[in-house]
Amino acid sequence: MKVALFIPCYVDQLYPHVGMATVRVLEKLGVEIVYPEEQTCCGQPMANAGFADDAAPLARKFLEVFGRFEHVVCPSGSCTSMVRNHYDPYLAGAPGFEALKQGTFELCEFITDVLKVARIPGRYPLKVGLHQSCHGLRELRLGSASELLVPRYSKVASLLSSLEGIELVPLARPDECCGFGGTFAVAEEAVSCMMGRDRIADHVKAGAEVVTGTDVSCLMHMDGLARRAGERVRFRHVAEILAEAMA
Amino acid sequence: MIGHAERAARFAADDARAHWHDQALWWVRAKRDKAASAVPDWERLRGLASAIKAHTQSRLADYLEEFERNATAAGARVHWARDAEEHNAIVHRILADRGATRLVKSKSMLTEECHLNPYLEARGIEVVDTDLGERIVQLAHEPPSHIVLPAIHRKKEEIGELFHHKLGTAAGLSDPKVLTEAARGHLRERFMRAQAGLTGVNFAVAETGHVVVCTNEGNADMGTSLPPIHIACMGVEKLVPRLADLAVFLRLLARSATGQPTTTYTTHFLGPLRGGELHIVVVDNGRSRLLADETFRRALHCIRCGACMNTCPVFRRSGGYSYAYTIPGPIGSVLAPSVDPRAHASLPFASSLCGSCDDVCPVRIPLHDQLLARRRDAARAGLLSSGKRLGMRLAGMVLRSGFLYLLASRLGKLLGRALPRRILYGRWNVWGRQRELPPLPRESFRDLYRQHRSERRG
Ligand code: SF4
Repeated sequence: MKVALFIPCYVDQLYPHVGMATVRVLEKLGVEIVYPEEQTCCGQPMANAGFADDAAPLARKFLEVFGRFEHVVCPSGSCTSMVRNHYDPYLAGAPGFEALKQGTFELCEFITDVLKVARIPGRYPLKVGLHQSCHGLRELRLGSASELLVPRYSKVASLLSSLEGIELVPLARPDECCGFGGTFAVAEEAVSCMMGRDRIADHVKAGAEVVTGTDVSCLMHMDGLARRAGERVRFRHVAEILAEAMA
Repeated sequence: MIGHAERAARFAADDARAHWHDQALWWVRAKRDKAASAVPDWERLRGLASAIKAHTQSRLADYLEEFERNATAAGARVHWARDAEEHNAIVHRILADRGATRLVKSKSMLTEECHLNPYLEARGIEVVDTDLGERIVQLAHEPPSHIVLPAIHRKKEEIGELFHHKLGTAAGLSDPKVLTEAARGHLRERFMRAQAGLTGVNFAVAETGHVVVCTNEGNADMGTSLPPIHIACMGVEKLVPRLADLAVFLRLLARSATGQPTTTYTTHFLGPLRGGELHIVVVDNGRSRLLADETFRRALHCIRCGACMNTCPVFRRSGGYSYAYTIPGPIGSVLAPSVDPRAHASLPFASSLCGSCDDVCPVRIPLHDQLLARRRDAARAGLLSSGKRLGMRLAGMVLRSGFLYLLASRLGKLLGRALPRRILYGRWNVWGRQRELPPLPRESFRDLYRQHRSERRG
């Protein structure tokens, strides 16, 4: 199978190794990768801040770059959700847009839903806290949100727990927001940081050695707070864990 | 102009109190989860509630007329108020015409929205809120900080202190039971001498012409059975078509609000007491404008359960007053800009857009999408700071152009690694005040990927 890789701008710039881990995981799973170099940003930062007019051209560019691929895979729940759930105002009716929406996947859901891989061969003998990033959880439905009275599932947790030796620690608030929220992290610094510290405390209390998630943005926020506070816990994108385990 | 962020920062600065507030509300949210999970078809019920609301609103005028006919036939008097001013004037006239100067009130967010209390007090009427939480904030000269738990921001020790000063209880009391007893004694006296009772309305039924009031303290029942005059104030959106529809909402309301299976008292008022009067004041106050707005119409589904506040991680850590609007939290942030977009421009940004409010809302209002839509409106109306605007313009331009993007990233990295910490973490760097910056890698993903490609080929 051939997929186009969508690497969000901040992953490209700040966390290139997360992009590379994504490449390794997909290649190990037998996927052929195309990385269109003309890609930039999906426009989420502008759209979330209210600047729809600035997001629109980026959405159009995204369709231009990725519209010709059957599958687009991205190591970020929120950027994937931007394409799938928030592009309508910019692209509704554009040729190829519906197919693009249906063909764009977050990494873990691509593995479970498209590749139909349920078990990842590999070992990761650590205690891991899973931070279920909100957009992945409640916009992409990568798992069941705790508010909903539906059967419980988590695509990310089930992939992770298929690794040998891993222990997913139980959290007091399994899906509370970490407080990143894009521009919220800066515009509402006080509440954002308090949310992040509370999130970290929940993971640390549960005994996590590593905190993981599908969104580097949330991890970057928590990692920044944890390093400032001298916390020992580490933050790894789920792709990094999978890649390391499969190596 | 000072906005939510500044007010929230002030609340959050008292770390212990903010965490206590967070815990108290999270506890209610957890109770809600438990109560909701005891209902087999909870998600279907939410869908049904939303559908009933949408249907009612699609022919609201007809149902309102039906309601008025049936209510009038049952002996109630129905009054129509276009806005807050008319509402207040109607209530005042009813009281003034009958020479009533002592009013007991049960909880009503609508009268808060209309600022009825100061209006009546300025006209010589004694107004006593009889819901315990409402009474506490009234004694403290504060508005409610939460629509279901109006005094949730106050600790029991502070309430003991307040009662000591206002009600003459002993100093140092903090036992909720003792304090409640003291408030009861004090309120009983007010009930006995009241000449009229006012309540809000949780639901009004078109088919029967009756209104339903849900409380936990029975204070609405005391206030409507002792004095001969009952004034019930409702927004036009409280209507449901049939008696049977009530079942859907009554199952959702208390569970979503406090995690109880039902409110302790659910009272149906059809017509006045024998020898008494029942006045129903039906208020629009901007609601029909909202109804005409396709994007935000569903916000009118709200049954004021407060669940979105309890679940909101921002509300829990910033307190109700940080919203500076009668209805705080996610739903308040959606509603407030329709009243005054400029004054409340910061509210749609008081959210991380986590979407928890959508999933908890018993009537399925797409709250976080509506917050996003409010942000768009604020940006389009030019209500956001020029710095924010410029930054986003620039970022958009850079990101759109591949070349600029690469150039900016090279420059950024060069600077990032070369600058001393003192400058890198200078005052301009809001991110860095409480957080370390992410590491600046030497190479971008596209560099690494090119190497990877050539290695694989080689
Ligand atoms: S918006 Fe929904 S959750 Fe919030 S108060 Fe209204 S009904 Fe309750």
